Amino acid sequence: MIYERPNTVSEAVEILSKSHEKKSILAGGTDLLVQMRSGYYRPSHIVDIKNIPEATQIRDDGDTFLVGAGVPGAQLSEHVELIKAWPGVIEAMDLIGSTQIQGRATLGGNLCNASPAADSVPAMIAADATCIIAGPNGYREEKIENVVTAPGVSSIANNEFVVSIRLAKFKTGRADAYLRFIPRTEMDIAVVGAAVCVLIDKKGICLNAKVSLGAVAPTQVVIETAPQILIGTRLDEETLDKLAKAARASCNPIDDKRGTIEYRTSVAGVLTKRAAKIAFDRAGGA
Amino acid sequence: MATALKDFKWVGTRAVRPDGVEKVTGRAKFGADFSLPGMLIGKVLRSPHAHAKIKSINIEAARTLNGVKAIITGSDFNELPSEWVPAGEVQINFRDLSRSIMARNKVLFEGHPVAAVAATSEIIAREALALIKVEYEILPHVIDVEAAMSPDAPILHEDLFTAGVEPSPKTASNIAKRVDYSSGNIDDGFKEADVIIEKHFTTQPVHQGYIEPHATVASASEDGQCSIWTSTQGQYVVRAYCSEVLQLDISSIRVTPSEIGGGFGGKTTVYLEPLALALSKKAFRPVKMVMSREEVFRSSGPTSGSSMKIKIGARSDGTITAADVELKYQAGAFPGSPIMPGCMCALAPYNISNAKVVGYDVVVNRPKVVAYRAPGAPISEYAVECVINEIATKLNIDPLDIREKNAAKEGTRALYGPQFGAIGYIETLLAARGSNHYKSKLHENQGRGVASGFWFNIGGESCATININTDGTAELVLGNPDIGGSRASLAMIAAEALGIDYNKVHPIISDTSGLGYNFLTGGSRTTFAGGLAVNEAAEDVVRQIRERASKIWDIPEEAVTWEDGFVRPAGTNAGNFEPLSLADVAGMAAKTGGPISGHAQLNAQGAGPGFGTHICDVEVDEETGRVTILRYTVVQDVGKAIHPSYVEGQMQGGASQGIGWALNEEYIYDEEGKLQNAGFLDYRIPVASDLPMIDTIIVEVPNPRHPYGVKGVGEVPIVPPMAAVAGAIADAIGVHLTDLPMSPPRILKELNKKQ
Ligand SMILES: Cc1cc2nc3c(=O)[nH]c(=O)nc-3n(C[C@H](O)[C@H](O)[C@H](O)COP(=O)(O)OP(=O)(O)OC[C@H]3O[C@@H](n4cnc5c(N)ncnc54)[C@H](O)[C@@H]3O)c2cc1C
Repeated sequence: MIYERPNTVSEAVEILSKSHEKKSILAGGTDLLVQMRSGYYRPSHIVDIKNIPEATQIRDDGDTFLVGAGVPGAQLSEHVELIKAWPGVIEAMDLIGSTQIQGRATLGGNLCNASPAADSVPAMIAADATCIIAGPNGYREEKIENVVTAPGVSSIANNEFVVSIRLAKFKTGRADAYLRFIPRTEMDIAVVGAAVCVLIDKKGICLNAKVSLGAVAPTQVVIETAPQILIGTRLDEETLDKLAKAARASCNPIDDKRGTIEYRTSVAGVLTKRAAKIAFDRAGGA
Repeated sequence: MATALKDFKWVGTRAVRPDGVEKVTGRAKFGADFSLPGMLIGKVLRSPHAHAKIKSINIEAARTLNGVKAIITGSDFNELPSEWVPAGEVQINFRDLSRSIMARNKVLFEGHPVAAVAATSEIIAREALALIKVEYEILPHVIDVEAAMSPDAPILHEDLFTAGVEPSPKTASNIAKRVDYSSGNIDDGFKEADVIIEKHFTTQPVHQGYIEPHATVASASEDGQCSIWTSTQGQYVVRAYCSEVLQLDISSIRVTPSEIGGGFGGKTTVYLEPLALALSKKAFRPVKMVMSREEVFRSSGPTSGSSMKIKIGARSDGTITAADVELKYQAGAFPGSPIMPGCMCALAPYNISNAKVVGYDVVVNRPKVVAYRAPGAPISEYAVECVINEIATKLNIDPLDIREKNAAKEGTRALYGPQFGAIGYIETLLAARGSNHYKSKLHENQGRGVASGFWFNIGGESCATININTDGTAELVLGNPDIGGSRASLAMIAAEALGIDYNKVHPIISDTSGLGYNFLTGGSRTTFAGGLAVNEAAEDVVRQIRERASKIWDIPEEAVTWEDGFVRPAGTNAGNFEPLSLADVAGMAAKTGGPISGHAQLNAQGAGPGFGTHICDVEVDEETGRVTILRYTVVQDVGKAIHPSYVEGQMQGGASQGIGWALNEEYIYDEEGKLQNAGFLDYRIPVASDLPMIDTIIVEVPNPRHPYGVKGVGEVPIVPPMAAVAGAIADAIGVHLTDLPMSPPRILKELNKKQ
């Protein structure tokens, strides 16, 4: 097994472009190392991105934040401006693992591991985040919801990697929230995750919204009808019930050790409703 | 009520624990920390099937792999006779033990060892495992206890005929044994009842969940001498079991226990030790074996799952008139579930004139169960306590009152035979009622439950040596691994009995060569039985000190008194000498007859039964079925708390494990009988943030048969939680659940049914 630690994006792309049997990007390693140790996965080549400045910094890009794909959760949770702009994304990231895991786990790793239950992914989707991907042909930018294509499978090619995540800056009247259901209080995998982002006017009328669910289908789900249901309302009970119904309708879960189809579907509605209320309150709509 | 105890200097204080600094600085050596020069790494090949015939095992390719030094399979083990022999408090069948640690003709559970390899590195050992070719013929399997009892169930053992039924059955089944206990006449009893509740309950097997996986190093030399370093609850038991399984002289094996990262009963047997030793006997090099967490789940014992029917009748004033109890316990792949203690404990907290308890021990294709805190009792008592709570609700009687009305007290004869002595059950009920917790108010979606629990507590063989050093300090040699604070408690007893400073007593845990046989750390016996031995060894020291003083002063031994750590002449007639301290006398030991060393070896009798009562408050999220434990109080009669912090720790730990059992812990098998959640991610024991600080109320009704009043603490607190939590949930949502775990999906389903 070869371990390499490139210093620049182009060095990394160069390594990735050479043909190696099983290449793996190493960000925090909190998924990768666990998979390797359990014998589930054995890469022949590891490319650590934690020495690449663009992947390890949180940068202000004028209109947006560029969060390096190798920035650990602990650092995000201390970034005052990010918390103000995206409380939902940050709380989703902060739910991952424990204090120890937070020291390493990244948004990029959470995304590229492509688990249907990944906590930060629905939140990034609801936040309309994108990711900057580097490859042999330079950079491209992709919406988060287009990255995960099946459990464990992403649309990032073998010779590409995610350099950073792009998030918009703070905007009055806009807020997000993420809730997940686990039987315990921590150290568990989401049975259901629900992320809601709303934009409201001064009167509390919803102008725009995006809702995404995790762990209820092979990939994260965007509730297509959510804007239709929410725009123009004050997120009253009746509207929220409609939203919960839409959330349930968009579920396509499996029965497994973590939850039944029936249970996941039912709780998806509950969490969507609750997350919507929190987002609405945070946006100043209370 | 038993007599009050005198005031003590050390006993009852919160002294600093002797193993504390070693543990917080990471110096303490646990099982996997031990290494020897030239050591090999051993790994186990395990069955991927729940039930299969082994048609062939081919080890050739593995044997010739560079770095492989030894391979063992079932054919390396002697066939032992199938007989049940007493081993301390339990019965053990060494043929089954041998077969469960290494399969012979059949594998009986997923994870069942079929071969083991020792190699120069872990990577080579793993490669070798992959090269071993095992041909299986897959057989139908059975996981569930009721399914295993049905007439068309796949049979695990063709030679298993139900014991305890007349006439003895002619066909083999999975029912190993039937036991029953009864008194009075239940039909008459039920006729007297104004209310009768009959319910069916199921509980899941739960793992002890110790944080330290099994780990061992074994080293055999060409002259037949064997050494084992291992994480265990009983070094003498490891020695005995290895001697039986490998047919070796007891004296040829020396076992040294490591510090232990939890056992809870799960380390009262052997898994790796005989394998490592057998490998070492082939390679003549030390062999280290450490289980992964996955191996711990797939192949080490949980406690039984169960299916139970409980019928209890009571008069409208709450007096219980009859109880009819049927218990079916899963034993795992070999007979030997804790069905007997399950039956004996089921109704033990109550004085019921008409009672019947029937139990079945049933084999299924899962790892063989092993002791887990109060083995058997939490299961049956959970079901009985739930029914008692439901009767209380129905009769509109406070659940503590109905318990007090029927409570066993001094003189009550238990269904299983003996008459209780100085027990403190009622005292725990009174303390619970008087607690601030019980008086506090609840809010919407919240509920409160109570439940009680009983466990025997045991004595057994214990030895102790106290070596007095020339400076008056003492070396306390003990024979039981310290899981719950026994070193501190026993050193406190030694300090008390010797009249010296606790910090001058240095307790160590001996290997098997340092003391006579000690039964293992279990049965809540260590501070009770060990305390008797230490006290007796201290008395032996005092006798010697008086004898030495009599020599120094040249007066008769009877004229020397011992008080508060000093020898004195008995009176002016005896002579006019300055008192001598233990250190003074010890300093002159060489000149007065040689080293001073006290010993005791005994089989402790008179253990005091333990009772506890728990109060639990929960909040139920009616939309998700999630239960939050808001407040929890453990009340327990411990006889005497030698070291209250440790006692509280035991009470809190038992409650925590019981809450996990109640809410989330379960084994999830797929259709092929393969475990789906062999890890702490999906086998959900509570994490710290799941629990509130657990409050404790120590009740002390001293055990008259112990010099310090000790009864035993560690097991009772895991008995009440399941019913206490169930009671709280019932109070919150109005539904009495009867299946464990009471996980969110299950509760949500009940809530939806209700609407
Ligand atoms: C104890 C524990 C608890 C956990 N709890 C949670 C939880 O609550 N919720 C949750 O969602 N997850 C949880 N996880 C999983 C894990 O921590 C997260 O998915 C984390 O965000 C992964 O980030 P990482 O940087 O460590 O990823 P890594 O392990 O470094 O990488 C994960 C995968 O993505 C690939 N990859 C990483 N970065 C890039 C990149 N920039 N470009 C392309 N591919 C990349 C890697 O090759 C690998 O396949 C837990 C893990 C552990 C060990």
